[in-house]
Amino acid sequence: MPDEVNLRGQGSFPATRWSLIAAARSAEPEARQRALEILVAAYWKPVYKYIRLRWDKDNEQAQDLTQDFFVRLLEKDFLAHYEPHRARLRTFLRVCVDHLVANEDKAARRLKRGGEVQFLRLDFESAEGELQQIEIPSPGSMEDFFEREWVRSVFSLSLERLRQECEHGGKLVHFRLLEFYDIDEGGKELTYEQVARQFGLKPSDVTNYLAFARREFRRIVLDQLREMTGSEEEFRREAHTLLGIDAP
Amino acid sequence: MKWLSDQALDRLRAAADAPDLSGTGYVLLDKLGAGGMGGVFRVEHTALGRQVALKVIGIVDSSGELSARLLREARIIAQLEHPGIVPVHDVGTLPDGRVFYTMKLVQGRQLDQQCDELGGVPERLRTFQKICDAVSFAHAHNVVHRDLKPQNIMVGPFGEVLVMDWGLAKMLDADIPAQLNTPQPLPPSDSTDTAHGVVLGTPGYMAPEQARGEVGAVGPQADVYSLGAVLMFLLANSGRTPKALSAIAGKAMAEDTQQRYGSVRELSNDVARYLDGQPVSAYPESPVMRLWRWVVKNRAWILLVAAYLLMRAVFILWRGR
Repeated sequence: MPDEVNLRGQGSFPATRWSLIAAARSAEPEARQRALEILVAAYWKPVYKYIRLRWDKDNEQAQDLTQDFFVRLLEKDFLAHYEPHRARLRTFLRVCVDHLVANEDKAARRLKRGGEVQFLRLDFESAEGELQQIEIPSPGSMEDFFEREWVRSVFSLSLERLRQECEHGGKLVHFRLLEFYDIDEGGKELTYEQVARQFGLKPSDVTNYLAFARREFRRIVLDQLREMTGSEEEFRREAHTLLGIDAP
Repeated sequence: MKWLSDQALDRLRAAADAPDLSGTGYVLLDKLGAGGMGGVFRVEHTALGRQVALKVIGIVDSSGELSARLLREARIIAQLEHPGIVPVHDVGTLPDGRVFYTMKLVQGRQLDQQCDELGGVPERLRTFQKICDAVSFAHAHNVVHRDLKPQNIMVGPFGEVLVMDWGLAKMLDADIPAQLNTPQPLPPSDSTDTAHGVVLGTPGYMAPEQARGEVGAVGPQADVYSLGAVLMFLLANSGRTPKALSAIAGKAMAEDTQQRYGSVRELSNDVARYLDGQPVSAYPESPVMRLWRWVVKNRAWILLVAAYLLMRAVFILWRGR
């Protein structure tokens, strides 16, 4: 195993359904490593923030525990115990985090052994900065908090992938329009004509480009979700959580 | 990448949920609600300048099950042209592959939200009869709704009643009409919708055989049961419920299908008999009760005769002095 894991977060798997879970459990080291990297990319920030607030850990303790959790996820056969028909992957991982922190003394000792320990390159500073911008949840709503942070993480990764795809396809202006309307809320007070002038486009282009960017964003979100869920049923339920979509 | 605020998350979520109507001839106005399979949106048909409701599945599932179910729902409703059933206008596919259909935009409120404004027992019963009319029409066309409940019934501002959400409907006829099999063949009824043992419906309004997942046993009698539950709901907030009406609802909701009304029409007729002051089949009366109902029904005449006799007695007494 390498000492450091490069968290691209942008990897993707072929169209095979539920490939990430299968790959994370596979005996093939490369596929396994890549699958786990994607899982880490989607979950490390929610996990860090959850440990900070749910378990009231300080910055350094939360960093150690987050590192320890994902190192175990990468090294050990953590996901071998995951049964998609019994729980969502998100719930499974949160319960694992709780279990780990509850036994933090043991975990701390393991970390301090050094030598065989690997470290993930995680931008804890940005996660800490984000924590300062959110409303601190009540102790009774920590599950909802974890879910919300997971949505934030998946959306962020999806937007980054959309930006890359748009850039690659010469459609960066499409992405900029989505950013303008849906992230910055810049279009709230402006007509399409005004936005079109601002972006140097025709008014009809604003509608079409925005529709394209939103459609692609939705596609990428659902693609990522397919990769990160263990069954069709879980996919539908998580789609509901992510997009507010009702599905039986 | 920019940090996403909670407000940005909500906007992105709404943007991703909204149907992309490019190339469909419709423009999006707003979201009306969410149903079992997806969302319902208010859209405008640009060529006709008419607002309609657009129902679209939430996701394109890998099995195609949701698409097939929505398409099937649209086709079933299209077969049921009745004033109490919302008409379907159009079926199509969005650029992202999601199936949608458009239907009449119903101006009204769900029965559960409208209940307090329905008036007294007679008005409520007349609303109930309109629901029965629509369901009975569907049964005559071999369609069982299977999810009748106040939330799936709309009441318009002029008292019009529409039975909505036929997503769980079942075709009873094995020989599905040819037009239902195009452009995409529909599997035979029982296998389409629900495998044996799978429970679809709403607890509290679902017939026992449906709750047990006995798909083959679910027929028009299941809707009779649900209508009994709807009748109970309508009567619950209307003050003291007459025993005859409780008996009608009780008979409709009998555990054993053989003990229920034979059809929705029979149920509706019993309600009509109650409204006319006649004996109902669900409630055998003793002679005293029959007399009392006769008195209540003819109270105007009885009061008139009693008043006449009283005046006559007073007159005789006065003359006798």
